[in-house]
Amino acid sequence: MTALETKPRPPRGDGHPSGVPAVLWLPAGLALAFLVLPLVALVGQVPWGDTVGLLVSPAIGEALWLSLGTAAAATGLSLVLGVPLAWVLARSSMWPAPARRALRALVTVPLVLPPVVGGVALLLLLGRRGMLGGPLYEWTGIQVPFTTTAVVLAQTFVAMPFLVLAVEGSLRSADHRLDAAAATLGASRWRIFARITLPLVAPGVTAGAVLCFARALGEFGATITFAGNLPGVTQTMPLSAYLALQSDPGSAYVISLILLVVSIVVLVSLREKWVGGLAS
Amino acid sequence: MRPGRGIRRPLVSLACAALTLTIISGCTPGGGPTDDGRGDGSLEADGLRGTLTVFAAASLTDAFGAIADDFEAAHPDVTVVLNLGGSSALAEGIVSGAPVDVFAAASAATMSTITDGGLSTETPQTFAGNTLEIAVPAGNPADITGLESFADPEAVIALCAPEVPCGAASTRLLAAAGVTPVADTLEQDVRAALTKVELGEVDAALVYATDVLAAGDAVEGIEAAGAADVVSAYPIVALTAAPNPDAAEAFVAFVLGDVGREALAAAGFLIP
Repeated sequence: MTALETKPRPPRGDGHPSGVPAVLWLPAGLALAFLVLPLVALVGQVPWGDTVGLLVSPAIGEALWLSLGTAAAATGLSLVLGVPLAWVLARSSMWPAPARRALRALVTVPLVLPPVVGGVALLLLLGRRGMLGGPLYEWTGIQVPFTTTAVVLAQTFVAMPFLVLAVEGSLRSADHRLDAAAATLGASRWRIFARITLPLVAPGVTAGAVLCFARALGEFGATITFAGNLPGVTQTMPLSAYLALQSDPGSAYVISLILLVVSIVVLVSLREKWVGGLAS
Repeated sequence: MRPGRGIRRPLVSLACAALTLTIISGCTPGGGPTDDGRGDGSLEADGLRGTLTVFAAASLTDAFGAIADDFEAAHPDVTVVLNLGGSSALAEGIVSGAPVDVFAAASAATMSTITDGGLSTETPQTFAGNTLEIAVPAGNPADITGLESFADPEAVIALCAPEVPCGAASTRLLAAAGVTPVADTLEQDVRAALTKVELGEVDAALVYATDVLAAGDAVEGIEAAGAADVVSAYPIVALTAAPNPDAAEAFVAFVLGDVGREALAAAGFLIP
């Protein structure tokens, strides 16, 4: 058993299509249609004749690169801060239950909070009259809102929980006996974390990072509230799509299509087993 | 996967049942002259009843809230449902087939997407006008003096995005004043721009005079030179596909009448 567990599991469902009870096919099909049909309708509205012109327009290119750059930065920040947090969460089983539950709830809050509310909260914290932003502005003159940095922070706030929960799931299911064995051989805690634990949960970290990136890429509410909207500085693809919808729906559909294609490419690169790690 | 098998199955079917219900109820139009369950037998002489769905520009929030209350008081069997938002987004919803009785927009251009699309055969009537005003945080900490301050790179400035009506009006006003603004953010609607002023995150924003009034003590207004020449007209129309056409006509007349004019004037609108 022990030897088997460290090997990748064979893909589930392969060669067992009959494993799904017949009664589940209808709701499953409904669920899939419910998720996919809106996108089909969107693609159906794309004015293909104008697509090429819009694709090469500098405004959309600017927004796309800004989106990719900020989402990558937000993912990097989430990795640096989120993996250690996931480790603490995964090891919190010996804590008193109220503290453990409170910590988990706090990490999950940004997932359920309306992003616009998250944006307002970030303004109240980091704005130039904010709890931390106020003193920062007084002493250094630095203002966080309306900067590209603010975009990255808004995206990190909304997307980091995805990474934390994914990594925590993998850490929980990792084989702790390997840690214990390393400890008996005299390895330090840091060495165990860096050389044993982290490589073991690498698939979970990758899956979490991809989800985090995808969520950051689509971020709208917190960004427009906290970072504002200025082409080239804070106007990411979702903001650009929303504003185009006000005046030129055709170009909004094209922008949405680009965002959709980029997201699908990112998500398809996920291995099924990595996503499976989220559910465990 | 292994534990809780017996628990999971009912959960799955419950969730799917809930989803199916949502889809089914989502397919029924929200409006329509349906019995709203009051059943107190007080049938008005005009026979108006049911739900009346009104889409109105975000800047009309306070005025239309008051008008809707008065309309319901005058017609106890009618329930007014207000949907407030950016005019362009609301128009997009109506074009996409939302069941709406009355549309009140913040610009003639937005209204023309409705009339050009054949969604109303009536001529939209202008019921109010709005001018732009400079909004600054209480105490005017950045010493904004007028429109010329919008060209100061040091000042943190919010404008409405040019795609939305208040942004289009701002562009005209600034062009007329010969000012090239250095904006730090182009907000998605006028209320978002105002919020940034209320929070003190921007030094100044160009918003509607009615918004400055509605914001109370957190915001001060500074007159913008030439604002009187850039008046945003607010048109209203009853839609051809209105689920409750009689109430729609009555509501439009109500907004154009004395009660409507009074509520709009109190909110700071210009009355034609």
